[in-house]
Amino acid sequence: MAAPPREELAETMAGARHTRVPSRSRLVARRFLRTGQGRVGFALLASLFLLAFLGPRAAPWSATDLDFTAFLQPPSASHWFGTLQTGTDVFAVTMSGARRSLLVGLLVAVLSTAFAAVAGSFAGYFLGWTDRTLMWVTDLLLVLPAFLILAVMSPLFTAGRWLLFVAMLAAFLWMVTSKIVRGMTRSIREREYIQAARFMGVAPPTIIFRHVLPNLASLLVVDATLNVSAAILTETSLSYFGFGIQPPDVSLGGLIADGSATALYAPWTFWFAAGVLIVMILAVNLAGDALRDAFDPDAGRAG
Amino acid sequence: MAGFLLRRTANCILLITVATSLAYLLAATALDPRSNYEGRNPRPPAAVVEAQLSRLNLNDRAPLSERYLTWAGGVLRGDFGRTWNGDRVGADLARRAGVTLRLVLLGVVLGSVAGVLAGAAAAVGQYGWFDRLSTACAFLVLAIPTVVLAHMLVIGAVWLNDLLGVQVFLVSGEATPGLADGVGAGLLDRAKHLVLPTISLALGQIAVYSRYQRNMMLDVLDADFVRTAMAKGLRRRTALVRHALRTSLIPAVTYFAFTFGSLLVGATITESVFGWHGMGEKLIASIRSNDVNTVAAISCFAALAVMLASLASDVLHAVLDPRVRVG
Amino acid sequence: MTGVTGERPLAGRAPAPGRPGAGGPVLEVSDLSVRFGEVHAVRGVGYSLAAGEVLGVVGESGAGKSVAALAVMGLLPRRARVTGSARLHGAELIGAPEKRLAALRGSGISMVFQDPLSAMTPVYRVGDQIAEAVRVHGEVTRRAAAERAVELLDLVGIPDPRRRARAFPHEFSGGMRQRAMIAMAVANDPDVIICDEPTTALDVTVQAQVMEVLRKAQRETGAAVLLITHDLGVVAGFADRVLVMYAGREVELGTVHEVYARPRMPYTAGLLASVPRLDAGAELPLVPIGGRPPSPAELPPGCPFEPRCALSIPECRAAEPAPLEVFPGHRAACLRAREPGRAPRPEARGAAVPLAGDGPPRPATPVVLEVQGLVKHYALTRGALLRRRVGTVRAVDGVDLDIREGETLGLVGESGCGKTTTLMQILELTRVQAGRVSVMGRDTATLTSRERLALRGRVQVVFQDPLASLDPRMTVHDIVAEPLVTHRRGDAAPRVRRLLRMVGLDAADAARHPRHFSGGQRQRVAIARALALEPRLVVLDEPVSALDVSVQAGVINLLEDLRDRLGLSYLLVAHDLAVVRHIADRVAVMHLGRIAEIGRAGRVYGAPAHPYTQALLAAVPIPDPARERRRRRVLLEGDVPSPADPPSGCRFRTRCPKFKALADALRARCLTEEPEVRPLEDDHGAACHYAEKPGVVQSTAPTTARNLEEP
Repeated sequence: MAAPPREELAETMAGARHTRVPSRSRLVARRFLRTGQGRVGFALLASLFLLAFLGPRAAPWSATDLDFTAFLQPPSASHWFGTLQTGTDVFAVTMSGARRSLLVGLLVAVLSTAFAAVAGSFAGYFLGWTDRTLMWVTDLLLVLPAFLILAVMSPLFTAGRWLLFVAMLAAFLWMVTSKIVRGMTRSIREREYIQAARFMGVAPPTIIFRHVLPNLASLLVVDATLNVSAAILTETSLSYFGFGIQPPDVSLGGLIADGSATALYAPWTFWFAAGVLIVMILAVNLAGDALRDAFDPDAGRAG
Repeated sequence: MAGFLLRRTANCILLITVATSLAYLLAATALDPRSNYEGRNPRPPAAVVEAQLSRLNLNDRAPLSERYLTWAGGVLRGDFGRTWNGDRVGADLARRAGVTLRLVLLGVVLGSVAGVLAGAAAAVGQYGWFDRLSTACAFLVLAIPTVVLAHMLVIGAVWLNDLLGVQVFLVSGEATPGLADGVGAGLLDRAKHLVLPTISLALGQIAVYSRYQRNMMLDVLDADFVRTAMAKGLRRRTALVRHALRTSLIPAVTYFAFTFGSLLVGATITESVFGWHGMGEKLIASIRSNDVNTVAAISCFAALAVMLASLASDVLHAVLDPRVRVG
Repeated sequence: MTGVTGERPLAGRAPAPGRPGAGGPVLEVSDLSVRFGEVHAVRGVGYSLAAGEVLGVVGESGAGKSVAALAVMGLLPRRARVTGSARLHGAELIGAPEKRLAALRGSGISMVFQDPLSAMTPVYRVGDQIAEAVRVHGEVTRRAAAERAVELLDLVGIPDPRRRARAFPHEFSGGMRQRAMIAMAVANDPDVIICDEPTTALDVTVQAQVMEVLRKAQRETGAAVLLITHDLGVVAGFADRVLVMYAGREVELGTVHEVYARPRMPYTAGLLASVPRLDAGAELPLVPIGGRPPSPAELPPGCPFEPRCALSIPECRAAEPAPLEVFPGHRAACLRAREPGRAPRPEARGAAVPLAGDGPPRPATPVVLEVQGLVKHYALTRGALLRRRVGTVRAVDGVDLDIREGETLGLVGESGCGKTTTLMQILELTRVQAGRVSVMGRDTATLTSRERLALRGRVQVVFQDPLASLDPRMTVHDIVAEPLVTHRRGDAAPRVRRLLRMVGLDAADAARHPRHFSGGQRQRVAIARALALEPRLVVLDEPVSALDVSVQAGVINLLEDLRDRLGLSYLLVAHDLAVVRHIADRVAVMHLGRIAEIGRAGRVYGAPAHPYTQALLAAVPIPDPARERRRRRVLLEGDVPSPADPPSGCRFRTRCPKFKALADALRARCLTEEPEVRPLEDDHGAACHYAEKPGVVQSTAPTTARNLEEP
């Protein structure tokens, strides 16, 4: 078993010399940025982030300021996106809403995808009772009308408890992903490298985290991206009816609801909020699609 | 076989029961019917409010378990309870369910058929002009939330009506009330009301299905059996329609079950924007008015609808795919 | 015996009616090239096919065999760039408009594909799919086409064709699907049938049946056949001429007898020398071809085979040699093709058939694995929607075997016979449904989890598909180190390097991912991982069946070398009887969950006592045309019965040739009593009521390895 130390040293030095194979993540990043979609999506997302988080610092008004000299005014040098009936600056309030939407989207996506990955892979790996229980819960949540439940719970989200809203939204978004993860785990579980690990004595949870989930990484990353847009869309719909993000926090859905009433004669109250929302979701979807192609170059799905 | 069906039905009923119960418990905890009375002017005496709430099984001072059991007992007898001001919950829900189902059904049929056709056409001419155009459109549509889309349609319709000086599209309600001259005029009026809500609901479905079908179709485009069909002497186009499209319809059908839930949400938004008096509109109203029993009844309806949709998708799957039929 | 050489009279099939020259070629291909972007998959292939002639095309995966055939049919994906010429009766096919091509496909030239499951549309009935082929090419009513489909199914030997025509492809067995594919291909009486690996996915006995159907179909239609395969034995038995391809080019073309007896291209000679043969035992080492086929994207400037060639000279590197006529009708693309007597003579191996049965007696070493009465049944469910239990699959139904230290037991049988289930049950190291498994003398039913973990280190496994058995996201170092880390065996790095060197890899390969390796190298990584914990017993599940022939030999040699150096015991599961013959000391033949015959390899192969073993051995094609054509064929009828519903009594009786020959009085026993393995002589037993002593078998059943040739 013990080799002469000199030989080992020589081997170690030899080992240090070999050419590094480019890591997978770097390869994916390169492929992602090579596509037009990936570049556009990435650029749009980056500028939205900059605008939403840094824009308000440069703007003259904050979201809570009211300009009593300008009610429902069209865009001008002072109010870049115009003002609302209350004198609120549309740019400031839209950016505030965009910030909230982006945060909600990202958090919900990460939470729900992580949960979907764990639930799906455990169900698919262990099968039997674990599977039946987890899948029953999944079916139950699919049958429960998520929109209704979240709307009913809206009184609980007041007073800045938007993180609770995030958690609830995530709780209703993981089921489909977890079913896909379960299916893929079931097929991966039959792969011979999993069998080999089992027969060498690796513990099942270790197998799941070492062999199963890393091999589903591409699916999970892509799904997380698409969950970002799903979360933002759901949040918007709920906020539109006043059931989502509660005051004092602002949300794009709420702005759109208010703006739709005045859209015909004061278009800026509606179109800026709607436009930012559309660009945001478009950017996320483009990035997600480009990511899928970057992970799976053979599929040739680049649209 | 019979045993299996029985077990499956039992599980469906169990799921619906648990889902509805959860919705009831949540609504009974989170909503506050008492505030409806306390906000009244003049404010009714406390004892009257108390008695009224107790009579309607809405009293938040009674233990939740007690209220739940009373409610559940009623549901078992087919009685979903009363609204906060004493009307029967079940009264107009059946009519509203019809309105919503009409809208949803139209959206589903139009959305899936047009989506599948567009997706298949895009896949066959991959990277061609139609593929690029439909992909770009799908991306755009998928980025527009239903709320925004519905309002955009309303704004567009108002603008168009103004421009033409004729009411081409009608954006409020299912039909113009009080219109009574002739069947033809009535139908036309209904159609004018129907176009925009249907588009608002179907457009998203078309986009989703076209993307999905395109991917499924690309998967089978180079399949061995398509090659076999061409080796027999079929032209490429015939082989694709008869063999590839037919086979790639199977996953699209199973996908249907997953999109149904989002369709119900879409219907809620569409109804609200276009002023249709359906289930969705009622849902929003009942949550705003703290109407616990109505909320529970609607959630039961929604659970049942989702369940039926998944059943329908299973049946369609079995019809399309001989491999899953019991043989 | 000096072997089969050109001097011998070339026996075999009578010349086909239309030999080259007689009546002009049906299909003439010249200078055919196919490019996929930068990849030049086929580089100037040419051949001609006379009416009724069978041309075999052989080569390893990636040689461009299938691509060239699909190019002729015009069935390549549209991004392929095809140049050159292919003429069917003088009419050009390459670049012809789709309408004309479609009219010719299926009627003038038809095709049988490799995987009959994926090649049939899953949602249509088999009969309808055949009828569709009939209707495309003629004004036929729906009813008449359906009638014709039933006739065709009957022609290809599907029992009860009228009922079977209404079945869906998934309800057919693999062999029946391939028959249906053949029915589809001959539906319009084509002039050329292209068969692309028609039997690769099938078991040997089914392969023999399907080849027989192909022969019949060819006779009935008088069509010329282009038979693409990697199996040199299949070509030897069926083809008139053979075309050897390497790296997208023709490297040798000639009559089968000529090419097999006197290969002029070192690659052909190497292929013939690297195939394990049923008629040769372990005494003759296999000669692997070193290196690996070049990537079609980066071909060397000279002869593409030069880097692997033992006979290369500097001139080989300068330019690619053109095919050169060595003898009339025999050409080879090698600069040294005309040098007499320089190619290795494969016949030196082929002839030496060891005498039946002998080899060293069983060692008196400790038993490392003992299996007694192993049973594994599982529920058979039907339908994805309405899932319900429709029966019990008796996958393993009472298996006994044992392996001693240093010994190799080969477990052979056709797919579905339960050999893989047996192996999985052993590897689980837990309590089995019934029976007893003991490893290193420990009963696995009584192990604690700590003991089980310790025992896992002594029993390791190598799987079939080396790509699937290595986690694609891990480096080779992490893969080989995983067992060491799991069992906390100290610093893994030096051990991993030593293991990699032991299996013939470079220690520097440790940082790379499995996808950067060839199939053979990946299998070496898997072997290194299996050896990491210094096991005593290694279970090999089809270890070389996913590899190309030339690579197979290297891995087989490595396994034998490791066994001898480390004193390992192997349980080798394989369907390739020749591979097992080469490695194993003892052989167990499984049939429908039970052992049919077990014993020393030389005995079982040399003097099989069970009719199933006899049929199995007779079905394996031998890569030697003269010998292959003189063999007596024992074709089993029908399909393997379902393990969910095995026949009463002897499970083999429904297909047993011996049972058919028995008198009714004797049959009763086969019908009612399930035979147990009965010892016939020292270390050789068979589960047949009427198994003869090997001495008797020699005269009554002349299908043994020694007597493969009819007198």
